[in-house]
Amino acid sequence: MSILYHTGDKVIVQGMTGAEGRYHTPRMIQSGAQVVAGVTPGKGGQTFENLPVFDTMTEAKAHTGATISCIFVPPAGAADAIMEAAAAGMALVVCITENIPVNDMTRVAAFLKQHPTRLIGPNCPGLATPGAGKIGIMPYQIMREGNVGFISRSGTLTYEVVSLLSEAGLGQSSIIGIGGDPIIGTTFIDCLRLFEQDPQTTAVVMCGEIGGSDEEDAAAYAATMKKPVVAFISGRTAPPGKRMGHAGAIISGKTGTAQGKVEALQTAGVPVADTIFDIPELTKQALAKGARA
Amino acid sequence: MKIHEYQAKEILRRYGIPVQPGEIATTPEQAEQIAQRFGVPVVIKAQVYVGGRGKAGGIQFGDTPAQAGDAARRVLGMNIKGLTVEKVLVTPKSDIKEEYYLGIILDRASQAPVVMVSAAGGVEIEQVAEETPEKIVKEPIDVRWGLPPWRARELLAQAGVPPTVVARGGAILSQLAAAFTGADATLAEINPLALTADGQVLAADAKILIDDNALPRQKEFAAWAEPEEANPIEFEARAEGLTYVKLDGDVGIIGNGAGLVMTTLDMVARAGGKPANFLDIGGGARAETMKKSLLFVARDPQVKGILVNIFGGITRGEEVAKGIILAQQELPAGMPIVARLSGTGAEEGRAMLAGAGLTWGSDMRDGARKIVAAIAAQGK
Repeated sequence: MSILYHTGDKVIVQGMTGAEGRYHTPRMIQSGAQVVAGVTPGKGGQTFENLPVFDTMTEAKAHTGATISCIFVPPAGAADAIMEAAAAGMALVVCITENIPVNDMTRVAAFLKQHPTRLIGPNCPGLATPGAGKIGIMPYQIMREGNVGFISRSGTLTYEVVSLLSEAGLGQSSIIGIGGDPIIGTTFIDCLRLFEQDPQTTAVVMCGEIGGSDEEDAAAYAATMKKPVVAFISGRTAPPGKRMGHAGAIISGKTGTAQGKVEALQTAGVPVADTIFDIPELTKQALAKGARA
Repeated sequence: MKIHEYQAKEILRRYGIPVQPGEIATTPEQAEQIAQRFGVPVVIKAQVYVGGRGKAGGIQFGDTPAQAGDAARRVLGMNIKGLTVEKVLVTPKSDIKEEYYLGIILDRASQAPVVMVSAAGGVEIEQVAEETPEKIVKEPIDVRWGLPPWRARELLAQAGVPPTVVARGGAILSQLAAAFTGADATLAEINPLALTADGQVLAADAKILIDDNALPRQKEFAAWAEPEEANPIEFEARAEGLTYVKLDGDVGIIGNGAGLVMTTLDMVARAGGKPANFLDIGGGARAETMKKSLLFVARDPQVKGILVNIFGGITRGEEVAKGIILAQQELPAGMPIVARLSGTGAEEGRAMLAGAGLTWGSDMRDGARKIVAAIAAQGK
């Protein structure tokens, strides 16, 4: 097993014929992902890499039975693409696109409350299950099959840490890039819940960063988990954030600092690595201790 | 993106929110003429991108047009938290009886804009938030319908705003929510919403932040962008699609991806160095972008050396190396540069750097140590 993406799951790429889609789709296929179609409004009937292109998600879904979509649509149309995928009944939507206006995402969030679709991202590198393939833009060659679940808000930092884990002989069950935007579909806590239930995963590594309170929320849940969690927080030396006027101070108070996150995690019994180079060792120690009672 | 008070008020005006007339002056003479036209007394308000103007002396009054000119003379050119005042807003002075707070901010947790109302508005709102948070009424907005006037009125009433103000205040708050969405704001606040001695309810001060991601479709607001004097490099970097944040140290830092760059800052600090900046070149940067980034970073006179940390995926090591070599020819002679490349094209990139006599780090930690050591060696 693994989470969110498994061998044989069929994938539709929205925006497959654009520059990003053309670059990344063949690489997804190479990783083993079963990409079955693309959607580009106005290009229905064409093919790319021998795959059919449809005008709408509804058609693409009807012809292929796919359950997952991966979005490379430019920012102006990306929120619309997410809603189209959800309306077409996709179980999982992975939105790679960055720079989506946040007001568009508040509408997407409201729309998704009415649909059973899970969204990953936006502004994320996607996800991967080593051995099954990747959805998105992560470099697949750095991954190894294994039992460590991995969650991160950042793209390139994910690649760094996954490389370190692989070099240390710690393979991964699934790797999830949840995205760096203020409004994202799936948070740390959602992923922790999925990994806790996944029989293949024996420990979880989460890489958080300053801002928001997702790491603090995840810490509270991690305290209740049977599986060990190891964390890293980036931005420890970043100066106090650029505050968003009075209203920002009012809404966020003092949450969001690296120190607050590290403390919340440590209080929850989650070891926090000082540097990314300490993550593999802490993970090994956590695995040696095994599941908590 | 930050905008000035007068621009925020212009947006509010378009949404039918009562705002006093006001005009911008860049010279004392203009301020005097505007005061003459509006009638005295007037308020002269510094237009700078920071809060706390009043306490810094950036808000002054004029009881005669000549006094208005004098006030403008004092405020123009004033330094407020590192920013020079280049324009002032001249507006009739209201006799304010009471001050309320209305704010809307994007809230990550509720994945929606959250509206906030307090009967205790004015400059001390942050203190109110800290000491008596129960005095602030908060509620997420359902983006499908926005904030209807009836609900806005209820929120004002709940916050203890007097009945005489609730009807007009509710209409204003409802329209503020419409402005928030229409202008693609991430923050829109009226502080204070003033009740004047002659019974008017109006926005006496306003602050709006526009979502940078929405600027492609908010072309009018995008054109309002001004370099922030305190950090002109940030402004220019943004125009080039780079994210640059000025810090206080002397180690210039460039990387791809926000999380990786932040981690690089942490690593440099751990190696005993002080980061001079945060610069994220984003994904897929070419040699030209890389070169520009180095030159941007080097423009900060405090920078004594630069660490480049790239994990290649879409970004290729050869392009990065090429950019560094190009930049080196234009950088001050002898400025240490350490590059750490991994992933796509890393080996080719390293070979190019070695050929040009440049140093590379085997990993992020090694790179951080090498640049800190190189800067220390230079100081001796």
